[in-house]
Amino acid sequence: MNRIPLRPAARTLQIQVLRHNPHDPASEPHLQTFEVEEADTMTLFIALSEIRERQDPSLQFDFVCRAGICGSCGIIINGRPGLACRTLTKDLPDRITLAPLPAFELIGDLSVNTGKWMRGMSERLETWVHSRNLENLDIDTVEQAMEPELAEQLYELERCIECGCCVAACGTAQMRQDFVGAVGLNQITRFQLDPRDERTDAEFYELVGDESGVFGCMTLLGCEDMCPKELPLATQIAFLRRRMVCSG
Amino acid sequence: MQIIYTDVLVIGGGLAGQRAAIGAKRRGHDVIVLSLVPAKRSHSAAAQGGMQASLGNCFGASGDNEDIHFADTVRGSDWGADQEVVRMFTHTAPKAIRELAAWGVPWNRVARGDREITVDGKKHIISEPDAAHGLITSRNFGGTQKWRACYVSDGTGHAMLYTMSNQAIAANIPVHERMEALALIHSDGRCHGAIVRNLATGELLAYVARATCMATGGFGRIYRVSTNAIINEGMGAAIALETGVATLGNMEAIQFHPTGIFPAGILVTEGCRGDGGLLLDGRQHRFMPDYEPEKKELASRDVVSRRMEEHIAAGHGAHSRFGEHLWLDIRLLGADHINNKLREVKEICQYFLGIDPVSELIPVRPAQHYSMGGVRTDHRGESPQLRGLFAAGEAACWDMHGFNRLGGNSVAETVVAGMIVGDAMADFCDSQAGKLILSTALVDEFGQKQQRLLAGIANGNGSESAFELTRLMQETMTANVGIFRHRDRLEQAVSTLQELQQRARNIGLRSAAPGANPELVTAYRLQRMLKLAQCVAYGALQRTESRGAHYRADFPRRDDLNWMRRTLATWPDDEAGLPTLDYEALDIMRMELPPGWRGYGARDYIEHPQTSARQQQIDGILGDIPDADRHARQQALMPFRHLLPEHLRNNNERQGEEP
Repeated sequence: MNRIPLRPAARTLQIQVLRHNPHDPASEPHLQTFEVEEADTMTLFIALSEIRERQDPSLQFDFVCRAGICGSCGIIINGRPGLACRTLTKDLPDRITLAPLPAFELIGDLSVNTGKWMRGMSERLETWVHSRNLENLDIDTVEQAMEPELAEQLYELERCIECGCCVAACGTAQMRQDFVGAVGLNQITRFQLDPRDERTDAEFYELVGDESGVFGCMTLLGCEDMCPKELPLATQIAFLRRRMVCSG
Repeated sequence: MQIIYTDVLVIGGGLAGQRAAIGAKRRGHDVIVLSLVPAKRSHSAAAQGGMQASLGNCFGASGDNEDIHFADTVRGSDWGADQEVVRMFTHTAPKAIRELAAWGVPWNRVARGDREITVDGKKHIISEPDAAHGLITSRNFGGTQKWRACYVSDGTGHAMLYTMSNQAIAANIPVHERMEALALIHSDGRCHGAIVRNLATGELLAYVARATCMATGGFGRIYRVSTNAIINEGMGAAIALETGVATLGNMEAIQFHPTGIFPAGILVTEGCRGDGGLLLDGRQHRFMPDYEPEKKELASRDVVSRRMEEHIAAGHGAHSRFGEHLWLDIRLLGADHINNKLREVKEICQYFLGIDPVSELIPVRPAQHYSMGGVRTDHRGESPQLRGLFAAGEAACWDMHGFNRLGGNSVAETVVAGMIVGDAMADFCDSQAGKLILSTALVDEFGQKQQRLLAGIANGNGSESAFELTRLMQETMTANVGIFRHRDRLEQAVSTLQELQQRARNIGLRSAAPGANPELVTAYRLQRMLKLAQCVAYGALQRTESRGAHYRADFPRRDDLNWMRRTLATWPDDEAGLPTLDYEALDIMRMELPPGWRGYGARDYIEHPQTSARQQQIDGILGDIPDADRHARQQALMPFRHLLPEHLRNNNERQGEEP
């Protein structure tokens, strides 16, 4: 016990990357295979960095925290969306195929513009506490009390890191450009639960009470299955839908 | 080249930058935030354990106030901090946390009644009073007398950053993502904005602004083993340095966090030890009480990291094929606590180590974590040399951390500094000095210079690899400018860095891909990172004492007689191999808390004669006002409220404290 598990013999990994540089008129999307000697505790972050440093310096991908908390490195790993930084190669077969997340604008190779998509979602769903008092807060006096369990429930929903895996895994999002995705619907439930947000159920309904929102979901459950933070996304959508029906 | 005009340009989309942006926007100014990455992915999100603010709500926080937070912070800094700034900070931190509470951060709350806690390896039952139920709770951290780290499980920074970003979106503040500032536009001691590269397309743009704020975080990536995100390459501090005008303060003051997981260097929070976790050696012996009987695992980070390395050097480490390390034991906290309050730690252990910390030990070893140094500013956050350039958060040397910062004080600093600097930039824009007067020819000149530099690298056809040189720099820093420093190794580092600087002028790129070109990015950042690394190494070589995180094995004592001064680095000549160092005195006669023993760590230091003179003066001042309340006593020793924006000057109310 208390030892990092050992691997017997090093493998040579075949890492196949779907490549395309939209800024290069000559570029056509194609698969390129790189060979990498597997090392102990190697993650896809380490493997891809090594490819860029030693084999192809033009390879594009996004990593920031490399610790599974910032949501930058969502990619399709052997057909399933996931966070590349915390995916250990030892958990993958010898042949690994990597592709950019679908549904987002491609920047190049494995890099996609999740930031733009998420900002658009936030603006559209107004994912912030709406309160008349925010401009003239009294921050000298003791804060408003909140039930400890409620604070924990709110954090549970706020653990989302906007990585985009749920959108990439969503059938509706592939068909409807305007679908707000589980990430958006989860945020609605988060703010609806928050007593600091003064919006009414009817106002939330205005934001997501149609096919681009909560009624676009086909309950395929891809979002919840693929969420790296294991958020109860499908449950939240079901809850939201029931509440919308009641208020609608 | 496209020119974009704005009143305020904030470079960096983390907590400090976004809070400063919101402040300036509220005062009616146009603001643009530039960010290397989508703002919610900034490194602020990595703050796990908590934010220090003396709310005094829960059991272990009872009786806490600004005075105690002030003293803890100054002791933590090993008397390197600017005490007026520490006062401004500790006074504003409760306001910052209450503002964030109203904005939506789901701070963990006090629950009335009995609960079990773990202290010093033993279980205790404590009781929280009814009156505190539902108020913001806090946990214990290192180097503090009270439980002061307010938290949201162990995703505090994430929750804060999401709330802050969402409020910035609500305020309609544009964030230009994937943008990197390459140079500051400046003339005659005035900053006018920045030349910026679009990291998605490779295009160059100019952002012209009346006030520019550096909020670019730290520069941990000059080290090989760092808890920092890989974007933390210090480009904000570096381009400020490259103006040749602005100064960087205390660059040699680098913090190493005791618990980076081994060998990846990913952080697990100090909250693990704050909540009762222990450090064990290779024989699973709890060794910290042997070295630090007062604070044990919860001495300040510099002290704990040093003791850990000392213990490993004495042959007591645990062995693995990656090298030696120690163990962090949180098993005693129990599954329930770990699953609720340390869940990110649990995930990190599962994914990166393949272990469950509920039943297994976590391999840890100190890793580079924080840059106390940065762009030197005055108390309003403005560079004293380059008007119109402001800095906030880790990018700044404001200087509330001195030579060691306390856990939870950095995430608090981001928001507090953002509040103060946002107002300062708005004041500047409102003033005559903040008028924008420059010719577009100047903008072109700065733009063309960057264009030439990039073309020079892209077409240089040199023989060196930017990736390889970056790796050599990082290894040099980790090997020679780490926790234990010595003249020989520092000299070695300085000369290796000079050599790397020469070699970096002969880089050849293998890729000419249009658009982002990550290899080009590595190449141009390397030249700037080498300058920062040299400021650290050369500053450390010159500072012949040990203070806070800067430990010289050949000068093991803190030397107040010769070193009550802050290092200031400039780089006036781009071709030079070394920065120019200058020093700024810290005036003991103005200190509220004169130098002394920290309450942990070494007791031995070289005293300054003014220390006892100032202490006598303080005793006299306080002796004359025996009936004054704590605010009046503080005011008599070192007034600071006039330095704050007016709306931040009021007393902080606390549950159970007489107003």
